[in-house]
Amino acid sequence: MSEQTDTPSASPPPTEIGLRVRDLSLSYDNTTALKRINVEIPKHHVTAFIGPSGCGKSTLLRCFNRMNDLIEGVEINGTIELEGEDVYAADVDVAELRRRVGMVFQRPNPFPKSIYENVAYGLKIQGEASTASLDERVEWALRSAALWEEVRDRLDESALSLSGGQQQRLVIARAIAVQPSVLLLDEPASALDPISTLKIEELVHQLKSDYTIVIVTHNMQQAARVSDFTAFLNLGELVEYGETDTIFRYPKEKSTEDYITGRYG
Amino acid sequence: MQATPTTNLRRPNHWFDANEIWVWLNAGALALSVCTVAFILLLIAFNGLTHFWPQPLYEITYRDADDRSVTLIGQRVETDTLSRTQFTEAGGDASRLPENANQVERWLFKTGNRRLNPPDFRWVYRHDIITQAQPETLTSIERVEWGYAFGRIEALRFLSNETPGAPLSAVTGAELQPVLQSTLQRLNDTRDAIATLESGTIKQISSELQALRLQQRAMQLSASADATNRQAQLRAEEQILLQTYAEQETILSGLLSSLAGSELLVQIQNGQQHTIDLADTLRVSYPNRMGFVDKAVQFTSNIWRFLSEDPREANTEGGVFPAIFGTVLMVLLMSVVVTPIGVITAVYLHEYATRGPLIRVLRIAISNLAGVPSIVYGVFGLGFFVYFLGGNIDQLFYQAALPAPTFGTPGLFWASLTLALLTVPVVIVSTEEGLARIPMALREGSLALGATRAETLLQVVLPMASPAILTGVILAVARAAGEVAPLMLVGVVKLAPALPIDGEFPFLHLDRKFMHLGFHIYDVGFQSPNVEAARPLVYATALLLITIIVSLNLAAITLRHRLEQRYRSFE
Repeated sequence: MSEQTDTPSASPPPTEIGLRVRDLSLSYDNTTALKRINVEIPKHHVTAFIGPSGCGKSTLLRCFNRMNDLIEGVEINGTIELEGEDVYAADVDVAELRRRVGMVFQRPNPFPKSIYENVAYGLKIQGEASTASLDERVEWALRSAALWEEVRDRLDESALSLSGGQQQRLVIARAIAVQPSVLLLDEPASALDPISTLKIEELVHQLKSDYTIVIVTHNMQQAARVSDFTAFLNLGELVEYGETDTIFRYPKEKSTEDYITGRYG
Repeated sequence: MQATPTTNLRRPNHWFDANEIWVWLNAGALALSVCTVAFILLLIAFNGLTHFWPQPLYEITYRDADDRSVTLIGQRVETDTLSRTQFTEAGGDASRLPENANQVERWLFKTGNRRLNPPDFRWVYRHDIITQAQPETLTSIERVEWGYAFGRIEALRFLSNETPGAPLSAVTGAELQPVLQSTLQRLNDTRDAIATLESGTIKQISSELQALRLQQRAMQLSASADATNRQAQLRAEEQILLQTYAEQETILSGLLSSLAGSELLVQIQNGQQHTIDLADTLRVSYPNRMGFVDKAVQFTSNIWRFLSEDPREANTEGGVFPAIFGTVLMVLLMSVVVTPIGVITAVYLHEYATRGPLIRVLRIAISNLAGVPSIVYGVFGLGFFVYFLGGNIDQLFYQAALPAPTFGTPGLFWASLTLALLTVPVVIVSTEEGLARIPMALREGSLALGATRAETLLQVVLPMASPAILTGVILAVARAAGEVAPLMLVGVVKLAPALPIDGEFPFLHLDRKFMHLGFHIYDVGFQSPNVEAARPLVYATALLLITIIVSLNLAAITLRHRLEQRYRSFE
């Protein structure tokens, strides 16, 4: 193991790097939300961000696809590299970045359109017009999101007629339809019942062979079940990062241990 | 420890309860508003519709102020009671009243036969009437001019063409009815043919002539190389047109003369004899002979004629079709203009503009614009649109027609623009409210898929805001359709010579003046030479205006409801 620095970037993952965060700080209106974060997220694995509310884990996640750009008065320093390219470089096409870094939000947010239109939305935005290839991609995305069998006969119905769990899988299908390389999941199961949660977790497990997945979660068991690597954040700082097994069994930091064992947060 | 005193759970037994009073107060206010609206609608509907129901004709004999006996034929349009004092103060002869009568009843009679027996409306005291009857022979004759004539038809006379005025044959008795009706039918057909000819071929020729003259004038102004050649060509074309025009004129005068040649001999009140040229007669009916079904048929046909015909006699007779047409067209044009402007402004304010004091001031200014008196918009429209914009358009594109203005005069286009300006704050405010209700999560969902902000707006945000946009348009339409004051300055007239849409290129004539129901109400009610005759039309037109606004609104509300169904779970 390498020597410890004051900002723990910790145990470098043994595989290829999907996202590399260097000295990332974020503040808005003079409030610091992230402090010099350094983290390397391995490709085709699931990385979980855990930490108490307000620790900055969602903010960090939203840096990967520059969703924080929408907030007025935000200031970001440091770099994030997506397969070697800095996503905060001046000449980056944000729309293209977001095509490559898909995102699923806490609450399912399907558009008030049909199931088919929801999945085809990103493709149509990219200019895909051929019905045949749209059909094919929609079916593929819905199959990948384990939703095809449930909706194949009602693709023209409104997406809002689906249950919460189905909506969340639809949103995942919508995200993977544009074939991103990274999938960001922001507490994807927090608004769902246990059975739907289980389905989402199974889905995450299946998807990781094709996508680099980053998941933010409040649920320790979930992090332990689905992730290969876990990062613990507290008060805007990365406290500890490493393989999930190691983090959960032998936490190095006192605060990590306290959080995992449920003593605070 | 001391036991806490037990409190009584039951309500204090007052004769009133403060909460109940509030409920009653609120419910009462609501009931009052509902009753007011219902009362207004009922009043207008009743007064407007009874006008179309055939009224019986009375023949009464009464003593007039000079103690002469007068016979009168007419419709009773109103009944009124006065107190004895009012009666005497108004100069009534108290000696004619029964001793113990404290109330005096009077009837308002519409006697028709305008010009022969003025005034055509008169009050008659009930106690002055000696006899009254509703004989079945009484006839109501609707004339092209001078309103109705009431009386008894004695004969239908056909005149010889050679010696004017000399009767050729006369029809009376049982034969009269069928002959009269068939003659009327023939005359009405001829009138239709004349109208078609005038509004079709002849109008087309004259507009072509007008266009030719404009071309000639434009050539004089520009003075090009082959001017003489072209001038000669134009003159030749003009000659051909003038010749066709003359031919059409001959046909027209033939038709016109075929209208003449028959007249009705009518006995009107007091046994006077009167002849009415059948060419001036539209319809003849016997209201006292009509059963309920006949009256209902007549009622429907009267309403239909009111809706579909052009006005006659300074708008006091005939229909209001041009006004309906003008109102609806103006409102539609206004919606077409106001919707994009309002929506785009609201989108900028809500989606793009950085929040700050400037935007706040702008927003307040926009809300206040809705409160500016509408006549001010009219003045602005006249000054800016008509004189400035219109004047410049004429200078640039219609120079040949000058000094006669084309767009530099009030017209449909400027009226629509002025009203669009008047209603744009409503659309902005309600669109902004709609945009504010769309959850951020949906915008983020779209952006996260790689859509740009513009794509997100067009594909997700605006469709979801469409019910709110429609609400704004509904409010705008309701306001614009009822507006009168600014329109008087920027394009509405008492009587428009032509509809703004016709078969002549470019089909939609934005420069034309038009008629409007709101202004029509004002005109008929206040500018009419015959107030009593016009009053029912005021109600009927008001009822129609309300009906049109309500139907426009209902259409928009239905559309909005369907959109809301689609986006319901997000509202």
